[in-house]
Amino acid sequence: MGGEKQWVGLAYVAPYVIGLLVFTAIPFGASFYLSFTDYPLLSAPIWVGLQNYIELIFHDRTFHRALQVTMTYVFITVPLKLTFALAIAYVLNYKLKFIGFFRTAYYVPSILGGSVAIAVLWRYIFADIGLVNMIITGLGFEAINFFGDPRYALFTITLLRVWQFGSAMVIFLAALQSIPAHVYEAAAIDGANKAQTFFFITLPLITPVIFFNLILQMVEAFQEFNGPFIITDGTGAPLRSTYLVPLYIYDKAFRQFDMGYASAIAWILFAIIMVLTLIAFWSSRHWVYYAGDKRS
Amino acid sequence: MANLSLRSVEKVYGNSFKAVHGIDLEVKDGEFMVLVGPSGCAKSTTLRMIAGLETITGGEIRIGDKVVNNLVPGDRGIAMVFQNYALYPHMKVKNNLSFGLRIKRTPKDEIARGVENVSGILEIEELLERLPKQLSGGQAQRVAVGRALIKQPEVFLFDEPLSNLDAKLRASMRVRITDLHKQLKQASTSSTVVYVTHDQTEAMTMGDRICVMKDGHIMQVADPVTLYNRPENEFVAGFIGSPEMNLIPVALQRNGAPALTIGSQTVTFGNQLASRLSASTGDDLTMGVRPQHMQMVPPETDNAFSGTISHVEFMGHEVNLYVDIEGHKFTVVIPGDHYNPSMLADGAIRLAPRESQLHLFDPKTSQNISLA
Repeated sequence: MGGEKQWVGLAYVAPYVIGLLVFTAIPFGASFYLSFTDYPLLSAPIWVGLQNYIELIFHDRTFHRALQVTMTYVFITVPLKLTFALAIAYVLNYKLKFIGFFRTAYYVPSILGGSVAIAVLWRYIFADIGLVNMIITGLGFEAINFFGDPRYALFTITLLRVWQFGSAMVIFLAALQSIPAHVYEAAAIDGANKAQTFFFITLPLITPVIFFNLILQMVEAFQEFNGPFIITDGTGAPLRSTYLVPLYIYDKAFRQFDMGYASAIAWILFAIIMVLTLIAFWSSRHWVYYAGDKRS
Repeated sequence: MANLSLRSVEKVYGNSFKAVHGIDLEVKDGEFMVLVGPSGCAKSTTLRMIAGLETITGGEIRIGDKVVNNLVPGDRGIAMVFQNYALYPHMKVKNNLSFGLRIKRTPKDEIARGVENVSGILEIEELLERLPKQLSGGQAQRVAVGRALIKQPEVFLFDEPLSNLDAKLRASMRVRITDLHKQLKQASTSSTVVYVTHDQTEAMTMGDRICVMKDGHIMQVADPVTLYNRPENEFVAGFIGSPEMNLIPVALQRNGAPALTIGSQTVTFGNQLASRLSASTGDDLTMGVRPQHMQMVPPETDNAFSGTISHVEFMGHEVNLYVDIEGHKFTVVIPGDHYNPSMLADGAIRLAPRESQLHLFDPKTSQNISLA
């Protein structure tokens, strides 16, 4: 390509490349370096080697507790959200009247779900005198202190995430629609009922999409911040039962200005996500069916 | 073992389009029945109604002595082979074969015996551990047949199973399926077959009887020989046979021996044709004569039609001649050794239809009026 044309091409890609460098690549590298330093933001970072990591892994009880809460949150949220998204997609895959409307309606929470306004709304719905408790007391039961009782607080945050099932649902719906009708007809001829067809035909055929959604949702869930931060005012209350690792990173970085330590937490979180993703990829060989793969 | 019976079966779609017009069909126990017809004739819809994949909007379908109108496909005692095989893509061949048995909780040793038996019959033993995507078209089709066979159904349904195969493989699969049907029949196991195709060669070579369909109506049900020699209407006459039967408007004269006139030319026939015509037959008719039944006669023969050869297709064992008689296009097939390129010199040809194989159709009803 000639000189001038080359510059035009580069100009087109420049915004993306600059964005990638400034907002992703450089912070990525910088945080890795900073994780080995003591960096209070207002003075220069001081190299401390592995001290941050040693402290985190062996001594920091707050981190251990946050990690435990995060793991619980991820392992409840991801399967629950995937199951819910798949169930709704399955229903929306039926040829019903006004199905276009329902598909849109069920996607709406995903557009709104991650927003601050919805998190605030969630706080009111599950408040002591909120909508949910009005229903519970209306049915004659005792009101539940959703945000005050450690047994329920994390569950409430979990529900907020599950409520944002739309994007996973749309991907599932596309996968369900890609299964050829004749395979279902063959199953019907073979005598399979609806449940057998779902578990033996539908589910195995959409395993690539289940796998894709699993990775995506897991990575997102590990990084959950907005919901618990807004609902609990960033405290992870009650008794730190909703205190996820990203909240701890925020506290360390922007409340205590301990950037080095916050970076180390972020890198440990990154490593955990990476390991779990690799385990998922390894296990996928045994349960994911790829139509285009000619291997047995 | 079971017979299959369709009584006044109708299919009307939601938009009030009537696809099947109250058809009646009896398929005898152990019979190989072929449904044949052009695209859109409702042959596949009929098969799918028998399978239970389409609901019927009128009439009754019986398999054996049981009305199956409201039964789900799995409870009808049928097995089906699809055009595109419809194998479960994520299951190995052995699991494709055994799926129907597994979900019915058949004992494992019985399933293993079934898989072994079927894979032996269809010579697919070495494919059992493969996935469908690792099979060729012919192999996949054999597995699909095996999946039907292992169920030991009362009725086998085939929906254009050979359409996706190349010509050579199609021919060998044709033989394989008919042989399989014979084996089943001899073993007195379930062997009633309904086979849908648009290919008349398949229909003629495989079927014990053939049901010719058009626009949701049955035009004729008969064995291949009867269908070829005694078509009941113009549609069947034109559909069965290759090249197509010549269907030409003629005027019938009955002053003594019957004579047929095309334009200015008249050919007189004898008692054979006279005996087949009733007194009430009208005068304006459609003559039907197969290309193979137009005899080339010497130029000096009086009682023959004169025409001009417009085009020749030399195929080796036979030759297709395209002839113009008074503006009407005729196809004539002659044996290859009767062909001499010099006959094209002036293009003139004289042709006499073979009387015993001549058909006359009423143009108003399209019915064959020369079958008596």
